[in-house]
Amino acid sequence: MAYITKSPWIIHYDASSCNGCDIEVLACLTPLYDIERFGIINTGNPKHADVFLVTGGVNEQNKPVIKNIYRQMPKPNVVVAIGACALSGGVFRECYNITGGVDKLIPVDVYVPGCSAKPEAIIDGVVKALGILEQKREAMKKEAGN
Amino acid sequence: MESIIFLILFPLVAGVIMLALPNSRGRDLFVNFAGVVTCIGSLYLLFEYFGKGQELFFVEGTYIDPLITVAEIAIGLFIIGMSLKFRKYLIAVLAACQMGLITYTDIVFEPSHYAGYDLFIDEFSLIMAVIIGVIGSLICIYATGYMKTYQEHHKDVKDKRPLFFFLMFLFLSAMFGIVFSNNIMWLFLFWEITTLCSFLLIAYAGDEISWKNGFWALLLNVIGGVGFAGGIYFINAFSSGNDIYLDQLLQSSPGIALVAAAFIGFAGLTKSAQFPFSSWLVGAMVAPTPVSALLHSSTMVKAGVYVIVRFAPVYEASLIGIAFAFIGALTFLVASAIAISQSNAKKVLAYSTIANLGLVVACAGIGTEEAVWAAILLIIFHAVAKSLLFLSVGSVEHQKHSKDIEDMGGLIAAMPKIGLMMLIGMAGMFLAPFGMLISKWASIHAFVNAIPPFGMLLIAIIAYGSGITVFFWTKWMGRILEVRTEREPVEKEASRPEMSAIITLGALTVLACLFFPLISETMIEPYTHSVYGSISPLLSMSNMIIMLFMVVVVILLPLSLFHFAKGRTLRRQYMSARVSEVSGEHLKFLGSMGIMKEAELSNYYFGDLFDEKELNKAGVWSTILIIVMIFALISWFVPLEVIM
Amino acid sequence: MNFMQILGENPLIGVALFVILSPLVGAIIFGLDRIITARMQGRVGPPVLQPLYDIFKLFEKEKMVIHESQNFWIFGYLVFIIITGALFFGGSDILLVIFALTLAHVALILGAFSSGSPYAHIGAERELIQLMAVEPMIIIAAVGFYEVTNSFNTLDIISFGTPLILTLPGIFIGFVYILTVKLRKSPFDISTSHHAHQELVRGLNTEFAGSTLGMVELAHLYETVILLGFIFLFFGLAAPIIGLIVVALIYLIEIFVDNATSRVKWSLMFKSCWIVTAVLGVVNLMALYFI
Repeated sequence: MAYITKSPWIIHYDASSCNGCDIEVLACLTPLYDIERFGIINTGNPKHADVFLVTGGVNEQNKPVIKNIYRQMPKPNVVVAIGACALSGGVFRECYNITGGVDKLIPVDVYVPGCSAKPEAIIDGVVKALGILEQKREAMKKEAGN
Repeated sequence: MESIIFLILFPLVAGVIMLALPNSRGRDLFVNFAGVVTCIGSLYLLFEYFGKGQELFFVEGTYIDPLITVAEIAIGLFIIGMSLKFRKYLIAVLAACQMGLITYTDIVFEPSHYAGYDLFIDEFSLIMAVIIGVIGSLICIYATGYMKTYQEHHKDVKDKRPLFFFLMFLFLSAMFGIVFSNNIMWLFLFWEITTLCSFLLIAYAGDEISWKNGFWALLLNVIGGVGFAGGIYFINAFSSGNDIYLDQLLQSSPGIALVAAAFIGFAGLTKSAQFPFSSWLVGAMVAPTPVSALLHSSTMVKAGVYVIVRFAPVYEASLIGIAFAFIGALTFLVASAIAISQSNAKKVLAYSTIANLGLVVACAGIGTEEAVWAAILLIIFHAVAKSLLFLSVGSVEHQKHSKDIEDMGGLIAAMPKIGLMMLIGMAGMFLAPFGMLISKWASIHAFVNAIPPFGMLLIAIIAYGSGITVFFWTKWMGRILEVRTEREPVEKEASRPEMSAIITLGALTVLACLFFPLISETMIEPYTHSVYGSISPLLSMSNMIIMLFMVVVVILLPLSLFHFAKGRTLRRQYMSARVSEVSGEHLKFLGSMGIMKEAELSNYYFGDLFDEKELNKAGVWSTILIIVMIFALISWFVPLEVIM
Repeated sequence: MNFMQILGENPLIGVALFVILSPLVGAIIFGLDRIITARMQGRVGPPVLQPLYDIFKLFEKEKMVIHESQNFWIFGYLVFIIITGALFFGGSDILLVIFALTLAHVALILGAFSSGSPYAHIGAERELIQLMAVEPMIIIAAVGFYEVTNSFNTLDIISFGTPLILTLPGIFIGFVYILTVKLRKSPFDISTSHHAHQELVRGLNTEFAGSTLGMVELAHLYETVILLGFIFLFFGLAAPIIGLIVVALIYLIEIFVDNATSRVKWSLMFKSCWIVTAVLGVVNLMALYFI
């Protein structure tokens, strides 16, 4: 039983989002949904984080930042793209400055659709991510054992 | 006794030879040779008198006492002459007073006719002699390398290295004289020689600021000298005359011994740069680094506390002793506080020296056996660690052309060997389980048993000061360790004499911590037992085991570096995930407006909280008040003595 | 007190109990801390053993560092915290305990400095200020213990006949004041803080990841047990039940203050700690002379 699923710490980044999905992410931390029940803490430091929540369409300034945050997260880690913009750019897909989709920069493990995504959906997505996290952890252990 | 006389005379003779030799590799080799001989001489002395307790010696030769008087007059005239030449009239007047008092005493009371032992040795003198011999010679060896680079860097300073080395060795000779003299008249001569050497060495660079600081040091030390002379006059005038011999004086009645202890202790305060006389030591930092290391941290200032610790049994349970203790404690607190606000490395070391000497004086003022034990431990550890730090800072200064702590960032990567030695030295100054911490622990133990409620107040002062010392040392250590970007170490950190002296001192620091129980049991405790007439051990077995265990853990801990070097993923610092790059020694990040900015960080210095001027004023005035009190107490004593 | 006699003759029992049980005890205390905090905020909160899950997770992560030597300092921090606790619970000189604790914190600070990160640098400087602010009070507390019990040994202090709080009330209150600093709780959590209260990214802990952070958290568990043990000394075996209740109450008050206040500037923390030390600590110490 990997402890990483019992204590997943998240880092949340707003990549040029309208803040709609971000408010829903923060709502998960409030008493109404209280994801600390699962041991989830919002840490602002990628070095401490396991789950990377990204929202927004990703403009030019966000690109190096997202890559840096991802690089600074120790393995095993998972990326959850939240909201239509993070999946594919949403309504802003055709804009000249929007990359359109976080998976164009870093590997994404879970896609949470919606505009804005509902807190229940976000929590569902994070729980799915935890399952993937456990798989990654097992793979890491096996590789280390070799 | 021959080895004692050898130790006093050999450095003098060697120094005179150095005065005559021109600057050359041969002269430097001779200095190294003389240093090694002095070092071996003091170690031989240790071997010869180890475990023997106190021994007193009578020196044959009726020519010696007049010779000493002549020497004292010569020094006095030289000081007066120099003071007049530079128009420092106050010093001239004070030196004349001092000379007058001594000459008057000589003529009227003829102290050379008193019967007694002129020289002596006991465990405390032996410890001091080993410190002077080993550390002193290491510093002189260091100086051969350092001064060569110094003259190359400072082309505007006249090359007076023959005079420099003469003065250094004359000084060593005088220091040996101080710790072996039982005759106070002799002690005074050697005391004056150290004042002279300090004055001339501070003024070595010959520019205006050096002469100014040299004369300021001279003034404050001559003030102490007047006090010393006053004490000598008092002993001759009011006692049976045999009291000019230290062993007799210490056994004498309080009316004599305590007053003498007050006068001579006052001189000790000036020499060890206690408040209100600290400013000379801070100003003396303009001298070349070997001078700062030898005179102004490990040896000369130790002479000041040496006499005060000698008088500790006299100070015990007396108001005058408590007054000295408060001067020491206040010095410790104020000097530590000022050290926080200083970024000049030598000034930090100077204030730290003043602070630690304050702790020694506080212990001596309390005067209990445990306090004296703590004081001697402090003296030993401080001498080793502080000289190590001064020498390291000197070499770093030559490399980096800066004495500022802020320029020592990442030193552990740029100059790994000296950086490591500096870390050892600093750890030795304040961290458990190193020696200074043990001494601090012992002094708190000693203070709790002191006269209530003064002991409590002293402890409160020490408690505050202790937190402050942690701050400025750790801050500096952090600076040395803070490697922001990878860099290559410099090719040559320092010349061979410099490196060998520094590394030897580093090894000595660690060894002293490992072997302190042995030193305590074989030398310090026998001394305190014989002086205080007790037998119980001062360091319980369980505490000793714990301290040694901690030292061993600290020494073994670096082995974990082998484990931690494996299997790590290296990432750069988190700069808020902004674009960042390394260019040379600088870490840059993409700031606003798209400009790459350098990440610059410096330490906290708290200039307004711990303002140097304000704190100096507070320290000076509070201690002046205490000194006035001491002399008021004395003047209450003396008429009693006259009546009786 | 037969148990005390056994402990006195075999200090290693106390040491072993401390080393083995503290992580569990500390984790439960921290877990309850988080649950009570959550309930105060109208939430449910994590499971009680969550702190342990956090630490185990951290040791499962990739070993990411800035310099390879970084972990040496943190390992030193952990080792010396354990030694501090071993000295404390094994019955030895309380001054040595205090100085070992300082040594541990210096190792932590040097670890933060050595990473070369701006956030860690400022966090380390603030941690140093914290050290400077609390050290006088802790030393005065130890001396207060000596004045009443005539011993610096923790076993003697805890077995003293009457509760020490009766003669050392000022020192007790002063110590509880600085306890807020030591436990890293608002309003004095200026260098690094627990989960929700971030500043300067993570301050001191910014560049510690994976197993490094795991060691820091583990050491924090040990340290909390030592600090609460220190509070218990004020009651000792003369009033053990009351002592335990007071320790629990004090911790509850700390949680409450943590939630009710926001972080203050370092100068306010520093000055107030020193003033409280002087007014409560020193006066109490001097007053002992007159008793």
